[in-house]
Amino acid sequence: MEESKKVYWKGIEQLANNPEFVKHAHEEFAQPGPEEDLGHSRRDFLKMMGFGVSAVALAACEAPVRKAIPYVNKPVEIDPSIANYYASTYTNGGDYCSIVVKTREGRPIKIDGNALSAVTKGGTSAQVEASLLSLYDNSRLTGPRGAAAEGKKREKLSWEDLDKQVGAKLSEIAGKGGQIRIVSNTILSPSTRAAIEKFKAKYPTTQVVQYDQSSAYGILKANEASFGKAFIPSYDFSKASVIVSVAADFLGSWISPIEFTKQYAITRDVSEEKREMSRHYQFESILSITGANADYRTQIKPSEEGAALVALYNLIASKAGKPTVSGGDDKIKNVAKAADDLWAARGKALVVAGSNDKSIQIIVNGINDLLSSYGTTIDVNLPVNYRQGDDAAMAAFVSEAEGGKIDGVIFYNCNPVYDHPEGEKLGAALKGIALTVSTGYKEEETGALVQYLAPDHHFLEAWNDAEPKLNHYSLGQPAITPIFKTRAAQETLLLWSGEANADYFEFVQSNWKTWFYKGTPDFQSFWDKALYDGILEVPTVSAAVVPTFAGDVNAAASTIASTPKSAGFELVIYESGNVGNGSQANNPLLQELPDPITKAVWDHYVTVSPKDAKDINFAESNTKYFTVTVEGKKPVKVPVLVQPGQTPGTIGIPVGYGRTKAGKVADGIGQNVYPLLATVNGSLSYTLNNVKFEKTNEDYQIAQTQTHNTYMGRETVVQETTLEKFQDKHWDRSFHPTVSTWADPKHKVAPGEVSIWKGHEYKDHHWGMAIDLNTCIGCGACVVACNVENNVSLVGREEVINRREMHWLRIDRYYSSDAKIDDWKGIEEAAENPEVVFQPMLCQHCNNAPCETVCPVAATTHSTEGLNQMTYNRCIGTRYCANNCPYKVRRFNWFKYHDNKQFETVNPAMNTDLGKMVLNPDVTVRSRGVMEKCSFCVQRIQSGKLTAKKERRPMQEDEVVTACQASCSTGAIVFGDINNPESKISKLLKIRPADPERPHRIDKITDNPRAYQVLEEIGVKPNIWYLTKVRNKDAAKA
Amino acid sequence: MQVTSVVRDPLVTGGKTVGDVSHDISRQVEGKPTRMWWMAMAVSFVFFAYGFYCVCTLLWHGVGVWGLNKTVGWAWDITNFVWWVGIGHAGTLISAILLLFRQRWRMSINRAAEAMTIFAVICAATFPLMHMGRLWLGFYWALPLPNAFGSLWANFNSPLLWDVFAISTYFTVSLVFWYIGLIPDFATIRDRAVVQGNKIRAEVYNALSFGWQGGAKTWMRYESVALILAGLSTPLVLSVHTIVSMDFATSVIPGWHTTIFPPYFVAGAIFSGFAMVLTLLLITRVVFKLEDYITIYHIELMNIIIIVTGSVVGVAYITELFISWYSGVEYEGYAFYNRVQGPYAWAYWSMMTCNVISPQLFWIKKIRTSIAATFILSIIVNIGMWFERFVIIVTSLHRDYIPSSWTMFHPTMYDIGEYLFTFGLFFCAFLLFAKFFPVINMAEVKSIIKVGSEKTTDDTHH
Repeated sequence: MEESKKVYWKGIEQLANNPEFVKHAHEEFAQPGPEEDLGHSRRDFLKMMGFGVSAVALAACEAPVRKAIPYVNKPVEIDPSIANYYASTYTNGGDYCSIVVKTREGRPIKIDGNALSAVTKGGTSAQVEASLLSLYDNSRLTGPRGAAAEGKKREKLSWEDLDKQVGAKLSEIAGKGGQIRIVSNTILSPSTRAAIEKFKAKYPTTQVVQYDQSSAYGILKANEASFGKAFIPSYDFSKASVIVSVAADFLGSWISPIEFTKQYAITRDVSEEKREMSRHYQFESILSITGANADYRTQIKPSEEGAALVALYNLIASKAGKPTVSGGDDKIKNVAKAADDLWAARGKALVVAGSNDKSIQIIVNGINDLLSSYGTTIDVNLPVNYRQGDDAAMAAFVSEAEGGKIDGVIFYNCNPVYDHPEGEKLGAALKGIALTVSTGYKEEETGALVQYLAPDHHFLEAWNDAEPKLNHYSLGQPAITPIFKTRAAQETLLLWSGEANADYFEFVQSNWKTWFYKGTPDFQSFWDKALYDGILEVPTVSAAVVPTFAGDVNAAASTIASTPKSAGFELVIYESGNVGNGSQANNPLLQELPDPITKAVWDHYVTVSPKDAKDINFAESNTKYFTVTVEGKKPVKVPVLVQPGQTPGTIGIPVGYGRTKAGKVADGIGQNVYPLLATVNGSLSYTLNNVKFEKTNEDYQIAQTQTHNTYMGRETVVQETTLEKFQDKHWDRSFHPTVSTWADPKHKVAPGEVSIWKGHEYKDHHWGMAIDLNTCIGCGACVVACNVENNVSLVGREEVINRREMHWLRIDRYYSSDAKIDDWKGIEEAAENPEVVFQPMLCQHCNNAPCETVCPVAATTHSTEGLNQMTYNRCIGTRYCANNCPYKVRRFNWFKYHDNKQFETVNPAMNTDLGKMVLNPDVTVRSRGVMEKCSFCVQRIQSGKLTAKKERRPMQEDEVVTACQASCSTGAIVFGDINNPESKISKLLKIRPADPERPHRIDKITDNPRAYQVLEEIGVKPNIWYLTKVRNKDAAKA
Repeated sequence: MQVTSVVRDPLVTGGKTVGDVSHDISRQVEGKPTRMWWMAMAVSFVFFAYGFYCVCTLLWHGVGVWGLNKTVGWAWDITNFVWWVGIGHAGTLISAILLLFRQRWRMSINRAAEAMTIFAVICAATFPLMHMGRLWLGFYWALPLPNAFGSLWANFNSPLLWDVFAISTYFTVSLVFWYIGLIPDFATIRDRAVVQGNKIRAEVYNALSFGWQGGAKTWMRYESVALILAGLSTPLVLSVHTIVSMDFATSVIPGWHTTIFPPYFVAGAIFSGFAMVLTLLLITRVVFKLEDYITIYHIELMNIIIIVTGSVVGVAYITELFISWYSGVEYEGYAFYNRVQGPYAWAYWSMMTCNVISPQLFWIKKIRTSIAATFILSIIVNIGMWFERFVIIVTSLHRDYIPSSWTMFHPTMYDIGEYLFTFGLFFCAFLLFAKFFPVINMAEVKSIIKVGSEKTTDDTHH
């Protein structure tokens, strides 16, 4: 074969064969590749990949890392896991409550009442309890905002820029002598008023316009006419043995319900030693929580309120030998009886009316004058500062604004565009005003229409003070550093007034120094004490002189008589027991709190009497939409809710719904009915005549937590009696279940005596609870308190319709029925004007708990102190325990309610970073698929025990207070150790061991004749006793 | 003169020989599946697949996809569970109790009945699993397994735990009993496969038959084992539903808390089990052409059992009503008033009609021996028995002691979907069984046909 001479070469390099090439010729790559450049080999690559893959795989197996950032320098007062408490003040417009804020690691997690306050005396309300979550509202403003350009988002400003821009505009307005208004709800804070005065000093054309959602202007005007001064006096229900209320919901929304609830409960408390209680008459159209607690409740139409009061006046005047006035309708049921009782109890009687009509209030004043209530149950020398809103001034402001006469307006923490009847007009007029500012901590409907948003702190972040009542002062201290770039509204005003030192804390402090500090001891001690107590009460030198009543009752009566009667339906616009006036509507705790009466949640509705709703089958909350048309106003379409107790011919719609800019929670629920309010004789009227009420064909299902309204005559569930019967020393509760034993069928014994259980012995504590059905008014503060304390999930409207609300504590509301007890079909229907009973229902912590025996995995067990405990970690979710619970108090986690987008809106406390700050770190957030229920606040019990142990002492009696008990303004709930004879509960129930030889056995005997246990005869031996309800009514009606 | 007794009517008709038996029954296994089989399988699979989707949704999102609520914590889930367990009763009853009583007519139906039992118990078991909030833990936490959690142990007081034992024991014994019965028949199929030269089938069935050779000693042992297992199974027939009934009977809920439950539940279970066996066999005998093996005589005997158990159940219903009144207990009284008159009265009266009235039609011989009537009534009985469990569970829970919690239960598509899932599962399994396993116990049936020169035809009578 011929040898080829040809030479093939791989590249120029080989052809050239230079030394550099020869050096690398044996290597795989003649030129170094990029990996060699970097100093990595393929082996490295494989190693890295292997490591990478396994690292990723391993990381995927691990739970995500949650960072807990430790304090670099631990604040002196904070010990991780130890709660701190700060006294502070809740104010929301004209509503007031002295509070104690519980914080953990700098986060407020619970609000309790401040027992030191002489005004609220440790009481709270659902609104106050829930306001905590408003602090962590995701729709809060995070800093100041400027005007929005067309179709764009608002411009974020720095506070400096905002001050500059607003300042320039203010000087411009001042330069041309323009008018400035500060619009607000009632301002309770003297320092805020002082700050406003400073602003007024700088801009003298400024005027303050106060208005209230629930106006008491009629009372102010009536008192001006009666006593020469526009004020609201202090009422003292605790001194009244006969109370007559004409449409005043003083336990729910009238003037100062927390205070009144406390006082009222004192008169409703009965015992063997005190067999006396007040008698309460209520005349009203809607069934209010106050009416539900009355002994005699009369259904009247709103147009009859005046007539009822005039009749009452005349009846009493004739008894007093005073001239009567014309008019009145004494045929109204119970008026004559009420007059008799009032007259008999003069000096201990009180008449109140909810109407905002000056004439009606003058008649009320007249009656109270005849009854010598002034100086006894009403203290005119101790005026209160709630509800100082001036309807006339507000109306004047709106027309001025519309007329272009206003140049600048500052909305101080109020939302009139939403909650004033002229809101829409005002909103439209704002465009024509040169400077509009809102200081609300949220944007809301009014904020959306102003140029500048200068957000205030939430009240829990801010210094403030309040003067709810003459000489009763209250300090508000921040319980958390401001979460966002907000600034105290007062500081904003002071800055705009040109104050050199605008710090509001220093301002408040210096005010207090000037106003209240008496020179001894040193100011710091004075201040520290005020701050610690949260309140400062200067003893009032009560002027014994009671001003003379100078009201013109004749004129008032003739005004009332001339009021036209209604042709169509009469409409009552009222505050519901959950979202109230709507200012906190974006708070899901309130949205999911069942209204005390209707038990509806997350829904807006119009209440109607069963008589007027004959063609509606209101089964399982299924209903129809109705349109409600008030003359000259836009019709409102809301679903109808059939309400026993409602006066036929009347309908009621709560305010607080129809929010459009409140945030994700509240927006779009229901209709805004503030625009329906009318102005009558210069004051807002919450009742309307000639209302058209028409059915539509649209279906709706209202979310209600209770759909069966009667207790089916089951005496073992609810027991009640009359005062007359109870006054008999030998009175015994009506129902004592007994069982026969096999040994002797004639010998009947209490069901608890027969048991195949060995029973427990609690050597140490034996926790129990007593709930007084007589003082429980059904307000629901305990429900919210329980939710907050125990991280109870909120589940939203749909899930409530599916009957899956998670509340550990619920308040069962039962109506009486007119049917015979053995008519099982008839007894399902409530009476037309039913008597109402509220029964808080929670885990009864049975000693022979039926839930415990059926759990296959022993996830629910009994403690050595009588608690029925739930071990979430062990629960596999068979729900057998819930089925076998006779009280139906166990709650199942049907879904994952935390960290689940589906529940983000309704349950922000477990689904958003901001919301999670509210969670109580001592209580587990439950996962999907486990059962939960009331634990008797076991974390509080544990904390109490540990504190005692640390201090090397036995636990004191009543050292542990459950969240529901703490929130109960009426003291209806008493929790404690029934092994300790000194505890409040032992004394209340007069409890003693059944076998004195073995005092720690579960078997206890209560000597309080009112004490009974729900479903006693099934022998589960609960640790909760209820105290029989006593109605102060004549036996004839019983 | 020689006296001859009247010869019994033969249990197998059509003059079948031993060879015929092997052929008729093995034919299904050896041949290709029929169109009917494919269609039935397709329908079942659709149910199964849809149901499986619903099961996955349930497991992914939580038990909340069902219509349950705070008051009614069990509804369709446990209703279906008890219903399927009840259905599962007939198989063992037929094979065990009737074996002990030497009821030879059972031989041609026991195999299918036992298979039905096993599949029904599997279907039943899916519900307690699905209804758990945390299945991923619950499936083993409910067992008393040694663990590293200290003294953590299952709660032996809980009837749910007894259920776990009762059902798993019942399932295990039934499965063993069924399988042992299958062994000689698998061997028959193997032997035929060897002859037919189908090596794969021969191997598979050889393995399934554990190498059965059919020696006399083996047969003797086989029969002893069958007898022992029958003895073991017999108390189980009574115990399973007794224990299931205790889930309710030991509770405090009016309508559940009833001492009559154990016998009442057992009777109901046999009642529904026989109805289900009839439904299935009436289809099988047509589809697989087994009319000669499952005769009108079988059907009639089973219908008689349905009359008896249906009447027992009826008496139980009436006793419950009587006692609720006679006890004088307000809650008991209301619970039954509510069943009869309350919002779920339609369910109660459906139950009464289907379970108490309709089986009484079987007193009429014409209906008792009519295949169409039997088929319809067997389905009605099973509808009625489903309602019985629904009535017991839901109407007792939805209005118990505290009226504020009273509410209704509304099923969702997932409640329905999971029920369909078990139907899909059951029929897929049953169809696979019917295709690959001998549906009639060949070995036993061969013992009841006349053999030799004596042809079992009518003309042999003189």
